[in-house]
Amino acid sequence: MELVLSLGIGILTASGVWLILRPRTYQVIIGLSLLSYAVNLFIFGVGGLKKNAPPLLTDGADITSFADPVPQSLVLTAIVIGFATTALFLVVMLASRGLTGTDHVDGKEKAK
Amino acid sequence: MTGALLPILLLLPFLGSLAASFLPRQGKHVLPAWLAASVAATGLLITASLFPFVRNGDVVRFTLEWLPQVGLDFALRMDGFAWLFSLLITLIGLLVVVYARYYISAEDPIPRFFSLLLAFMGAMLGIVLSGNLILLSIFWELTSLFSFLLIGYWHHNATARDGARMALTVTGIGGFCLLAGVLVLGHIVGSYDLDKVLASGDLIRSHDLYLTALVLILIGALTKSAQFPFHFWLPNAMAAPTPVSAYLHSATMVKAGVFLLARLWPALSGTYEWFFLLGLAGMTTLLIGAYFAMFQQDLKGLLAYSTISHLGLITTLLSLGSPIAAVAAIFHMMNHATFKASLFMAAGIIDHETGTRDMRQLSGLYRFLPITATLAMVASAAMAGVPLLNGFISKEMFFAEAVATHADSILDRALPYVATLAGAFAVAYSLRFIHTVFFGPAPKNLPKEKPHEPPHWMRFPMEFLVLACLVVGIAPNYSIGPLLHTGVVGVLGSATPYYSLALWHGVNTPLIMSIVALVGGVVLYISLQRYLASCDDGTPLFRHLRGQRIFERVLVTVSWKWARWLESRFGTRQLQPQLRILAAISFVSAFLPLYFSDYAPGLPSSIDSFDPVFAAFWAIGMFSAVGAAYQAKYHRLAALVLLGGAGLATCLTFVWLSAPDLAITQLLVEIVTTVLILLGLRWLPIRREQIDEAATFSARMRRFRDFALAAACGLGMALIAYEVMTIPVPNTIANYFLERAYSEGGGRNVVNVILVDFRGFDTLGEITVLGIVALTVFALLRRFRPAPDSIAKPLQQRLQAAFDDARPNRETGDTARDYMVIASVIMQWLFPIIIVLAIYLFMRGHDKPGGGFSAGITLAIAFLLQYLAGGTRWAEDRIRILPLRWMGFGLLTAATTGIGSLLFGYPFLTTHSRYMELPLIGKVPAATAMLFDLGVFALVVGATVLILIALAHQSIRTYRVRKIEHSMMEDG
Repeated sequence: MELVLSLGIGILTASGVWLILRPRTYQVIIGLSLLSYAVNLFIFGVGGLKKNAPPLLTDGADITSFADPVPQSLVLTAIVIGFATTALFLVVMLASRGLTGTDHVDGKEKAK
Repeated sequence: MTGALLPILLLLPFLGSLAASFLPRQGKHVLPAWLAASVAATGLLITASLFPFVRNGDVVRFTLEWLPQVGLDFALRMDGFAWLFSLLITLIGLLVVVYARYYISAEDPIPRFFSLLLAFMGAMLGIVLSGNLILLSIFWELTSLFSFLLIGYWHHNATARDGARMALTVTGIGGFCLLAGVLVLGHIVGSYDLDKVLASGDLIRSHDLYLTALVLILIGALTKSAQFPFHFWLPNAMAAPTPVSAYLHSATMVKAGVFLLARLWPALSGTYEWFFLLGLAGMTTLLIGAYFAMFQQDLKGLLAYSTISHLGLITTLLSLGSPIAAVAAIFHMMNHATFKASLFMAAGIIDHETGTRDMRQLSGLYRFLPITATLAMVASAAMAGVPLLNGFISKEMFFAEAVATHADSILDRALPYVATLAGAFAVAYSLRFIHTVFFGPAPKNLPKEKPHEPPHWMRFPMEFLVLACLVVGIAPNYSIGPLLHTGVVGVLGSATPYYSLALWHGVNTPLIMSIVALVGGVVLYISLQRYLASCDDGTPLFRHLRGQRIFERVLVTVSWKWARWLESRFGTRQLQPQLRILAAISFVSAFLPLYFSDYAPGLPSSIDSFDPVFAAFWAIGMFSAVGAAYQAKYHRLAALVLLGGAGLATCLTFVWLSAPDLAITQLLVEIVTTVLILLGLRWLPIRREQIDEAATFSARMRRFRDFALAAACGLGMALIAYEVMTIPVPNTIANYFLERAYSEGGGRNVVNVILVDFRGFDTLGEITVLGIVALTVFALLRRFRPAPDSIAKPLQQRLQAAFDDARPNRETGDTARDYMVIASVIMQWLFPIIIVLAIYLFMRGHDKPGGGFSAGITLAIAFLLQYLAGGTRWAEDRIRILPLRWMGFGLLTAATTGIGSLLFGYPFLTTHSRYMELPLIGKVPAATAMLFDLGVFALVVGATVLILIALAHQSIRTYRVRKIEHSMMEDG
């Protein structure tokens, strides 16, 4: 399970890094979204992986049997903030496209 | 008890400044002057009342802990020396305020003037009262700032702006060096406390870092006191209003430098380095200041160079390292402040009455301004060092010290000659000031006709100061004696030497030097008179070598040429190289520690935990991620779908691995993000695959490099992730939260309890960020001009529109509406259901997966569906959502809940929890955290809806724009 998840994180990171190095704004946005999945999963994984142990307290349960709630709450905020930044990037992308007439990340096409 | 007076003394000017800045700009200009005068007078009274407590070498203290971790206390300390300076600051401050009341004209922003003047007074008092070196350098910077604002008071005037900027740059750099020097000094002593530093003189002087600290502190002091080679800013600062010059450039600001030298005299002086550095600077300044002063045509320019020269004299005295010389230095600080302030005021009156300060135009003013002229003559004589005036006594002391041998070197042997020569120059320029301005034929072509005596109260400060010059000069022991003694004991303590302030010491070398200087000065002036009456402004031989020009050239070189060069070498305006470097650095900084710690990736020892289903959906997830990366350029919609695939894999992982809250939030956010991006797609340009087929070799290489970088980052991340997930988790902070979530937070869903209770402050910050982002999006889109649609309407839509248009009983778009009717009815019906779901998620949030975030996004989706179902117009005709109100309500609720706990005496955001019985629903948690969560919920709804609606409105706007263009085309 750890192996699969870390492979997944690796693939997500590689795709994300590749995309943010591309010249088109849309590619950068998709890349950032992929990177944020990778980072969220990584932070989530720091607490260790546990199945069937959501941190919902039941009476008399051993507290060490629950999944770690701290990375979860960190990731929860990260997801929401990630949504906000994606929205902001998207609007900046549209504004830049409207102003400059191109979707290149530098606001102008590279001189050939 | 008396210690409490110190903070009052210090704060009073700042409070006065604040009050003055709120006075109306127009209207009576007497009010700010009265305010400033009463503040200065109160300060003076407080200072005077403290005299008995400092006169015998005692120290008044006031300490408040500020940052004890770094040894920074808010420590105020008044010994005799600080007292003497406080007296100077408040007394001359009061006189300058009285003078300025008549000087500043009603057209100028008067409250600002007095506000800045008071603030400067406070900063200056801060310097002299600081009992901690860091505190001192903070006030030091404040004086630089306020002097900048005061010099630039007439900011419509380019000279004033340039002068202010130069003064700030020079003294600012000096202040920075001073701070660095103080830090070194504090490091040597182990404390920034002034008492401890002053007591550790021997330790400091023998320390390896002594020279470093000394040079840095000297740069600070010398820039402030306009000493060579940093003297050039002072003449340029003469663009300030004259009261400012009288205050800052005679009595206070420039005195801060020599004050500091005297303050640290016990700790730093007495070494050869001290003598050499300071003596060289002081003697050069003394001589060239006096020399330059002779050749100025501007009255204030003459006074400025004379000030530079006199400060050089004080610096030279302090450099000698003998206690008697220190006494003379302190005495001369007082005397110089007295006569120079009155001379600046005289220059101001002359300027005020005649409209010019150019000595080539001024002459014979005695007949118009007899009283001012007399006062100026006495003050000038004091400046020249004529007997029976205060300047004479301190100058005699200086000459006596100049003759005595201190450190045998060429500098020391030259000192008597330098002193006499500078004395002769001083006589010459003082004489010139008086003779040119007040004697000779009546002036012609003055900018202002018929000069006359100023109002009596404008002259009063001069009268007072000149009287002081006379009294001190005639009966020093009965006037300044006790005050000076108090100041000297403050610096020298038990090392105070015997000194005599007598007027007559018999015929000795200093007296002969004085006579030589007086006679020489008169002869010099007579021989130069004809040349001076017509020569250009500036000094012969040095006219082309101007500090100002050098300064500007340096400034241009550093801040423009070098900066441009660096930018052209290392900067780029392109995003891709920046991101590439960023990614590469991240990779290297993670790689190096692993490499050096001999990390060897180990394979899993067993594959027990292998889970085929998990692996299967991650295979899809990975495929989606790679596919999204591959398709994002040419097939945006496909890339978006694939991105959703990767998101779903993430979401399922959360479900699989015991994080239901995350899964819910991720899923909902996924929906909203997808809709957002879909809304934006239409404005992106078409990109066809064949264009880029003929990729150049360099482009291929670039792509290969990026691919390698991406693969390396991915591999590294996978390795680290694997390592992190497989090491056994130690006893973490998690247990703390798990144990206390129910007992202290009153909830069973620990993640939610952490968010709204334990780490509520973080969440408050986070929803604030969310609100800011939403507002930014809103603001950006309000002024946004969308790009033209990239593609024409698809064939299907065009056919439908043609069909609708062809029939009179149909409107455009009816067909689409017809076949979408079932879908939209379902979506409309879903509205209440989703609302119930949102409420459900919200209510159970504290105990079960759910909570404000997910409920908020759910409700936002409910609104979104209505927009999708009927179109923007339809939806807004039926429901009016006011997202800004939702956001405001949310933030206020969250913050008020937090503040509420303060009312009950608990820290911010403490929660109270209990359960409550609701009819029909049963037992529900009713913690105050729930109110906080309500705030989160409302804000999330508001922010999400605001963003979505702002984007949705763009499509209506383009439509409108096109319609207008269309109708215009038809008209024209």
